[in-house]
Amino acid sequence: MATDKKLFTGFSRRDLLKSLAGIPLVGVVWAAGLDTTKKSKLEKDFLLEKLNIKASPPPASGPMSGDPLRIGLIGFGIRGEQLMRALGFATQEWMESMAQSSLENPNDKRLEDFKAQENLNVKLTAICDIFDVRAEKALQSFNSENNSCKRYENYLDLIHSGEVDAVIIATPDHWHAPMAQAAIEAGVHVYVEKPMTHTVEETYRLRDAVRRNPGAILAVGHQHRQTLSFLTAQDAIAKNTLGHVSLVTTNTNRNDDNGAWQYEIHPDASPETIDWNAFLGNAPYVPFNKEHFFRWRKWWAYGSGLSGDLLTHDYDRINCVLNMGIPKYVTASGGIYTHRDGRNVPDVMQVNMDFPDFSTGSSQEEGKEKGMTLVYSATLGNQFDRGTVLMGHDASMELGNILTIYADPRSTQYKDMIAEGRIDPSVPIYQYDPSADGVDAVTSATAKYFANKGLLWTYRDGKRVDSTFLHIREWLSCIRNGGNPSCGIDEGFEEAITAHMAGLSYKIGRRIEWDAENEQIITLPGEDLDAILLTSPSV
Amino acid sequence: MPQSTQLTSMQTTALVIMRLLIGWHFLYEGVLKLYTPSWTSKGYLLSATYLESFFQSLAGESLISTVDTLNIVALLLVGATLILGFKTQLGSLIGIGLLLLYFLAHPPFPGYPQGPTEGSYWIVNKNLIEAAALLVIFLFPTSLSFGLERIFSKKQIQTQAH
Repeated sequence: MATDKKLFTGFSRRDLLKSLAGIPLVGVVWAAGLDTTKKSKLEKDFLLEKLNIKASPPPASGPMSGDPLRIGLIGFGIRGEQLMRALGFATQEWMESMAQSSLENPNDKRLEDFKAQENLNVKLTAICDIFDVRAEKALQSFNSENNSCKRYENYLDLIHSGEVDAVIIATPDHWHAPMAQAAIEAGVHVYVEKPMTHTVEETYRLRDAVRRNPGAILAVGHQHRQTLSFLTAQDAIAKNTLGHVSLVTTNTNRNDDNGAWQYEIHPDASPETIDWNAFLGNAPYVPFNKEHFFRWRKWWAYGSGLSGDLLTHDYDRINCVLNMGIPKYVTASGGIYTHRDGRNVPDVMQVNMDFPDFSTGSSQEEGKEKGMTLVYSATLGNQFDRGTVLMGHDASMELGNILTIYADPRSTQYKDMIAEGRIDPSVPIYQYDPSADGVDAVTSATAKYFANKGLLWTYRDGKRVDSTFLHIREWLSCIRNGGNPSCGIDEGFEEAITAHMAGLSYKIGRRIEWDAENEQIITLPGEDLDAILLTSPSV
Repeated sequence: MPQSTQLTSMQTTALVIMRLLIGWHFLYEGVLKLYTPSWTSKGYLLSATYLESFFQSLAGESLISTVDTLNIVALLLVGATLILGFKTQLGSLIGIGLLLLYFLAHPPFPGYPQGPTEGSYWIVNKNLIEAAALLVIFLFPTSLSFGLERIFSKKQIQTQAH
C-alpha cells in the first residue's frame, strides 16, 4: 500500500482523469454498439415471427441405388448435350475445351463441378440423332469400358429395342409429343423437353397415353421447379404474406444472336448427312434447308417461338408457386421487330393471362380477394433484367434465386407496423437467400447489392449444382423409388395448353378463352386451332 | 518516437480529439460486427475490383472465418488502443493496414466500378483519408498527454526521481 501511494505521488486528479478517461469512453461506445445490434435483432425476430414463413429448400430426391437404368437419348443437339452432362456424360470435345478454359481462367470451375457431380447410376445405351455428325460424336464420346452406346436410325427402333428403360427427348418441338407418346405406350419412361407438345390435340393425346400407362413416368423439362426458393415462396403465399395478388409480371430479355435462336450451322450439314424427311415429320414439306434444321425455333412448323420456348418456363415457375392452373383468358400481341431474317415467330411478345376467379388470400373486406393477371413480356432486342414480381395488396415478392418481400405502403395487414415505423416499405421485410445462413428480415442496402450480384451464392452442400441435374435426378428417383415428378403430365398439360392459347391469340388477334369445366379451348365455328397454330401468321 | 516535438496545448488537444474520434469509429464498427453473427466480409472481398485474386482467395471457404475474426479483432484492438491511449502507435499501424486493404479492394480509381457509396470519390475516398489521419496519429503520439500511458510515464518519472 505504501508503495502504491508512492506510485501516485505527484499524480494530480487531473493526471488521473487524463490517464483513465478513455476507459469509460470505450464502455460507452461498446454499450452503444451492443444496444444497436440487440435492438435490430429484436426487430428482425419480431418481423420474422410475425411473418412466420418457413424457409426450406425442396426435399432431396431418393437414392440412386439398384441396377443401372438404361437411358436412350433422342436428339443430341445443344440441349441434348447439356442434358447428357447433367446425366453424367460429357463429350471429349467439351472436356477438352473446359480444361483449356479452366487453365486460362482459374475461376472457371465447370469441369471441376462436372467431375464432382454425383453418379446417377445410369448407362447411356442408345442414341438417335438424324444428323450423322452429332450421332457419331455421341458414339465416340459415350462408348467406353463402362458404357456401351448404340446408334439407332429411327426413334421407334430405339424405343422398341429392348435396350432402354427410359428416354430423354431433346428434339425440335414438333417431335416432342409423338416420341413421348410412342415411348409411354411402350412402357418406357420419358423426360421430354418443354414445351411438352406442339399442338392442342397432341396435348390431350399424350395425357391420355400417360393416364393409360401409369407404370411409365413422364417428366417435363422445367428445371426451374428445382429453384431453391420456391417452397419458401409457396409458404409465404400460404401464410397470406402478400395478401391478394392481383398482378404477376415475368419477362424474357435477350439481345444476342444465340438468344434469338440464330444457332450455328454445321459446315458438314448436307442431305447426305441429315435425314431430312425424318426431321420434317408431320411438318409441311419444304426442300432440304440447313437453316430450318439448325434454327428450327424460328418457325412455327417446328418450334413455338417465345410462347413455347420461353413463356413456358416463366408460366411454369409461377404455376409451381401459385398452382393457378390454366388461365381463363389469354391475350397476346407482338411482332418481328429486330430479327427480320425470314423467321415467322415473333421476337417481341406480350401475353396477358387472366385468372378472374383465382385468389391468393386477402386482408381486406370480402369482395376484394379474387382475380389475377399474369403478364409475360418478352423481347429479343434488349437484355435489361426486369425480374419476376408477384404484386399483392399487402406486399410484393421478387422471385429469383433470392426471394425478397417488400411491404406495400398502402397495405392493410402491415398498416400499423408501417405507421409505428417498424416496417419501412423501401426495405425488404423478408429475404431468403438459400446460399446464406437462411433468412433475413431487414437487409442493408450493401448486403442487397452483393446478394443481387449473385456473389453470396454458394450451392447445395457447398457444391455448385445445376438445376437440370436436380430435375433429371428427381425423374430418375421417381422411376426407382416411386413418387410423382414435380413437373409431370398434369403440370405439362397446363403448361402446353397455356402456351398454345398464347400462340393462338397472337395469330388470331383475339382473346382466347378456356372452358375449365369441359377442359376445352373455346373455338368459333369452322376454326381449326391446330391448323392456325402451325401455319405462318399473316402479321 | 520521442515526444520532443513542441506542440501547443491546442495542437495536442486537436490531435487527441482526432485520435479519439477515429478510435470511436473503429471500436463501434468492431462491436457491431462482433454482435452480428451473420456478418461476413465475403461479399466485400468477392466483389473486389482491384487485386481480385488476392481478395478472392481471402474469401475462400478455408480462410473466410479466420479473415472475419481477424478483422473484428483488429477493429476492436485499434479502437481500444486509440481511445485508451495505450500502444497507440501499434494501433495506428494496424488501422492503416486495415484501411489500405479496404481501400485497395474497392479503390475509387477512374474507370473502376463503384459500389454503393454515400458520396462521390476520385482516387481519394474516406478510407484513404482516415489512413492518412492515422499516419499523423502515429507520428505525433499523444497518449502521454491523454491516455493510460500517462500513468506509466509518471511512474517512470517518479522512479527516476528516487
